[in-house]
Amino acid sequence: MTTKLMGEPVRRREDLRLITGRGRYTDDIGHGALAAAFVRSPYAHARITGIDVDAALDVDGVVAIYTYEDLVGPMAEPLPVLIPHPQLTAPRTGYPLARDVVQHVGEAVVMVVATDRYVAEDVCDRIAVAYEELPVVVGVDAAREAVHAVHEDVPDNVAARHHQETGDVEAALAASTHTLSFTQYIERSACMPMEGKGVHAVWNRDDSSLRVHTSTQASTSVRAAIAAKLQLSLEKVEVVAPDVGGGFGVKIVHPWPEELLVPMAAIALGQPVHWAEDRREHFISSAHERQQRQEITVGYDDGGRVTALDVRGWHDNGAYTPYGIIVPIVTATQLVGPYAIPVYRVRIDSVYTNTVIVTPYRGAGRPQGCYAMERTMDRIAQDLGLDRAEVRRRNLIGKDEFPYDHHLTFQDGRPVIYDSGDYEGLLDKLIALVGWDRAEERRAEAASRGKQLGIGMAMYVEGTGPGPYEGGHVQVLGSGKVLVSTGLTSQGQGHETAFAQIVAHELGVPIEDVEVTTGDTRRFGYAVGTFASRAAVMSGNAIALAARGVRAKALRIAAEVLEADVDDLEIDEGVVQVKGTPGTAIPLRTVAVLSNPLRYAFDEAARQATQFAGPGDDSKPPVAVGDAPGLEHVDYYSPIRSTFASGAHAAVVEIDPTTWEIEVVDYAVVHDCGNIVNPMIVEGQVHGGVAQGVGGALYERMAYDADGQLQNASFMDFLMPYASEVPDVVIDHQETPSPLNPLGLKGAGEAGVIPGTACIASAIEDAVGRRIAAMPISPTELYDLVRSPDAERVPAATTGVPA
Amino acid sequence: MSVSTERTISVTVNGVSRETTVPVRRLLSDALRHDLQLTGTHVGCEHGVCGACTVLVDGTPVRSCLVLAVQVDGKAVTTVEGLARDDGRGGEVLHPVQEAFRECHALQCGFCTPGFLMTMAAGLEARDRTTDITEDEVDEIVGGNLCRCTGYANIKKACRHAAGLMKDGDGA
Amino acid sequence: MKPAPFGYADPTSLSEALTVLQSEGEGAKVMAGGQSLLPLLSMRLASPTTLVDINRVPDLDVVAVSDDGVRVGALVRHATLLHHAGAAAVQPLLARATANVAHPAIRNRGTTVGSIAHADPSGEMTSVLALTGGSVTVATPEGSSAVDWADFFVGPLETSVHGPAVVTEAFFPALPARTGTAFEEVSRRKGDYAVCGAGVTVTLDESSRVVSARASYISVGLVPEVHDLTEAVSGRTVDEADWSAAGDLARTLVDPDGDLHASADYRRLLVGVLTERTLARAAQEAQNR
Repeated sequence: MTTKLMGEPVRRREDLRLITGRGRYTDDIGHGALAAAFVRSPYAHARITGIDVDAALDVDGVVAIYTYEDLVGPMAEPLPVLIPHPQLTAPRTGYPLARDVVQHVGEAVVMVVATDRYVAEDVCDRIAVAYEELPVVVGVDAAREAVHAVHEDVPDNVAARHHQETGDVEAALAASTHTLSFTQYIERSACMPMEGKGVHAVWNRDDSSLRVHTSTQASTSVRAAIAAKLQLSLEKVEVVAPDVGGGFGVKIVHPWPEELLVPMAAIALGQPVHWAEDRREHFISSAHERQQRQEITVGYDDGGRVTALDVRGWHDNGAYTPYGIIVPIVTATQLVGPYAIPVYRVRIDSVYTNTVIVTPYRGAGRPQGCYAMERTMDRIAQDLGLDRAEVRRRNLIGKDEFPYDHHLTFQDGRPVIYDSGDYEGLLDKLIALVGWDRAEERRAEAASRGKQLGIGMAMYVEGTGPGPYEGGHVQVLGSGKVLVSTGLTSQGQGHETAFAQIVAHELGVPIEDVEVTTGDTRRFGYAVGTFASRAAVMSGNAIALAARGVRAKALRIAAEVLEADVDDLEIDEGVVQVKGTPGTAIPLRTVAVLSNPLRYAFDEAARQATQFAGPGDDSKPPVAVGDAPGLEHVDYYSPIRSTFASGAHAAVVEIDPTTWEIEVVDYAVVHDCGNIVNPMIVEGQVHGGVAQGVGGALYERMAYDADGQLQNASFMDFLMPYASEVPDVVIDHQETPSPLNPLGLKGAGEAGVIPGTACIASAIEDAVGRRIAAMPISPTELYDLVRSPDAERVPAATTGVPA
Repeated sequence: MSVSTERTISVTVNGVSRETTVPVRRLLSDALRHDLQLTGTHVGCEHGVCGACTVLVDGTPVRSCLVLAVQVDGKAVTTVEGLARDDGRGGEVLHPVQEAFRECHALQCGFCTPGFLMTMAAGLEARDRTTDITEDEVDEIVGGNLCRCTGYANIKKACRHAAGLMKDGDGA
Repeated sequence: MKPAPFGYADPTSLSEALTVLQSEGEGAKVMAGGQSLLPLLSMRLASPTTLVDINRVPDLDVVAVSDDGVRVGALVRHATLLHHAGAAAVQPLLARATANVAHPAIRNRGTTVGSIAHADPSGEMTSVLALTGGSVTVATPEGSSAVDWADFFVGPLETSVHGPAVVTEAFFPALPARTGTAFEEVSRRKGDYAVCGAGVTVTLDESSRVVSARASYISVGLVPEVHDLTEAVSGRTVDEADWSAAGDLARTLVDPDGDLHASADYRRLLVGVLTERTLARAAQEAQNR
């Protein structure tokens, strides 16, 4: 019997090449290509009054210099608004190279192509761009005050007013026994993959075709964008995402200016052109996320049950809105989490600032929503003197209430209807895992060591696996190899392994025979991309369906050969056999050969399928009507709506009340992503997400000054955690399968990061007894907070004490 | 004493003598990747913080983005491509740290991995291999490199596992 | 992020190094470990016309330990000093401070003397040089001379050495009898530049009474300074001494700046806390020396 593969911690097949230096990332491809570098705006908001390249033309090795004036046709038009939305009333995007006005430090103004990157940077240094500085808008509050406008024709700086409501919130608040209101902030961080972006473009003059390698999360859509912008026929453009050194969201945005400009130059120059984004470029010209101001009013009864929730938010979308308002929509709709909120209204203004664009970073608006909701739960508990876990429990959607309709519209335009879950189960497991009921004992013990201990928790529900679709292709070769491809890309999530597990399981073949290709438009042209924790759900199910198609065809052909009934056949270890009659069998590879009737015997296996190889039925055509040669199948999975994963985290912090250093001493995760394909990979995703959550809560921020200069655009000052800053994580799983898809999967990629800020804020507040209303928080800020006479004091916690 | 703008250097890379002519400003990381086409060494920050570009120079881990290629003239450089050894039959025997990374799921995107592997290989080879590794040692070995995918838990696990594989008398 | 063009020389003697520095003039820059310099070059925040790499100059990689103190050559790496038992025996602050310098791979390449010559107020070894009352040896075409630490540091990233010169060694005097030391930093991430650090020495008399308590801080002020905190604890025994009083005194003596990672107030707080902690430890140690 075939080894069980689904749900098993199968070791990753990606690893061997990656641990021996044989991985191929974009910057590893195409030695000897010309190198691109960019002159980027040093000002956050300025009018370009002149570009003088004369001094640069003397540099030995300069090949070409491009400015906006050199862009033609669609390239001279603004970059696309990728995700239009009716509420995005003032969308703005930049140009591939700035035209007239720059809107943030780092915006590309001039592209230089030279013999190598060193020379290209020398050339950039000699290009003089004259600017007339304009007033700068930094931060969500400055944007909403709108003393100055980022875009001249958007005087209020509001790109979109996102608004959803499920009832008359004002009436519901008025009728509530208790209400409270508060304002809080969350700061910017960024995906910050270890590999920056990169583009390598090769133009083949002989057949007028373009091949582009790019470090992207969406190769099919990059391909379409390049074809449209460079006015090429789609079939003449191929885009490959090779090994990608992390994405976390930033590489779903496309086309980045460089993804268009580098191919443009390759075509114009007739030579391969390469661009590898350096770390400084990544900081100032890629994307950030997370900054919001949230004003929350909640109504609740004596038991702490929420009766109404009204959220007014301002979301900093940076200088442009190429990715629409996905992040604020996700915040708005995922904010409600695992709770039944009878009446909910959310209004979020997405506002422009003269800073780097804001697009999804792992979590994509959910950490902010979770922060809003979970801090609300904490406040209700504090106000009523109840245990924070108990207040949550009283508001949870019950296990028997699924499907649960929130009457909201999600980021995919579909209703927010939770498909399945067991939130009370999560809470029970979390309480046990972190030792919630022993918090007061631990607090006393820490105090005896001179430390202030605090504990916090946060729960979330994450809409994962949104459509519209993904596809999969499965093909059995005459050699017995099983080729699998899907259009979406991989950035380290182990898709090759997980998809191979699925195919091996569905088809009954050894996993060693399965080869998986992702993100290569030469192999699969239809795809959406890797984002929103959707790869396993979308491509996983599409590939499972494709494998089932192959299986059905294999059984049909084998049934004819074996003169058996299809229902009596099974496939095990790559052999089709009659159940219970092991001798009556045919290898799947032979079925593959027979599936493709041949005239020419190019090898021994093919000989079996040639026209004189055996007695044929000459009353039928070799390929039946409606059938196709080959043992392969393409299928697609297109869900009716997203599936909703869930989880609960708790953090225990210890604070040194002399230095106000904050240490996360325990971190507990309970996680429900439905059925699990590979628990090793899922736990790895959780670990990584938690580290980013801790980073976002305690270390990382984008420190813009009032002039719009990013002051910490290096790994020296942008404090991504090292191992020394990340706590050990304990994980417990709960598996509530999704009824929406064949494999019962829910997404797992982003979950780990979502509750980090909320639960760590709660724990710090619990430790120091002061209100935490802005995150992240550093020791110097905590010191300011605890000695501020204005800081709100938080009532003594009663953690774990039954009401 | 002449001041040069270009130099021909001889370096033993992964046991093989290599000669290449480089501009003197070429970083070792770029020389390895582009001049010698050993792209296993990755560049994550180019200011010495992330550690992805860590290689061994005469057996000692250094950031190859903080060394000029001309500075390794006459020296021996080991990169991730040289970590596994030849099994004499056309195959390779992985270094225990490579085995451990695979066994413990200590990599996701793999971009930072070569830097961790080189640092860890040198760190574990330098320690007293008759003793069990301590958590302080693990923290020291793992602590200077950035990873954005794994949250480090499995990298620390791999470090312990590799130390076990490398314990005297236990092979490797 | 690639360095701008420069010329490169790797002299094989000190005199050769000085000759090339002299002939190349103001734009020439000495490189030893390069761990601070190369990031500046790659970010094009520094663009020397010529790099004079002294790594091939002989005899600069020596740690010479005597009863008087420890002489550290210009090519001694932090890692070497960190693990040098002889140096630690004579001046324990050397190992204690170098343990806080960045991460191992940086310590393997970066040099102690180079970090002193870089004169970064957030560097550990500048403060240790000051606290121990050390000096550097500066070689110029005219000859070599010792420069006391107080005359060496002029401002952030600025020393009194101009023109063609190589700092060939640093001298850290031996720790006096009945003196203990301690060193501690608070940093945002382990291995980062300190938000604040403190190195201290405490000297006791025969009856275990404090006769001297001195401190030097990291990332506080523009140049390394040594603060005499003796008055707060003078004449007290190790057990009687109120180290927090010394911390309070220290807070009044320093003038820290704020930056992205810490306000000036927070640094002042840490000066007090770290002073109190380190003095107490140093005093305990002094009893046993």
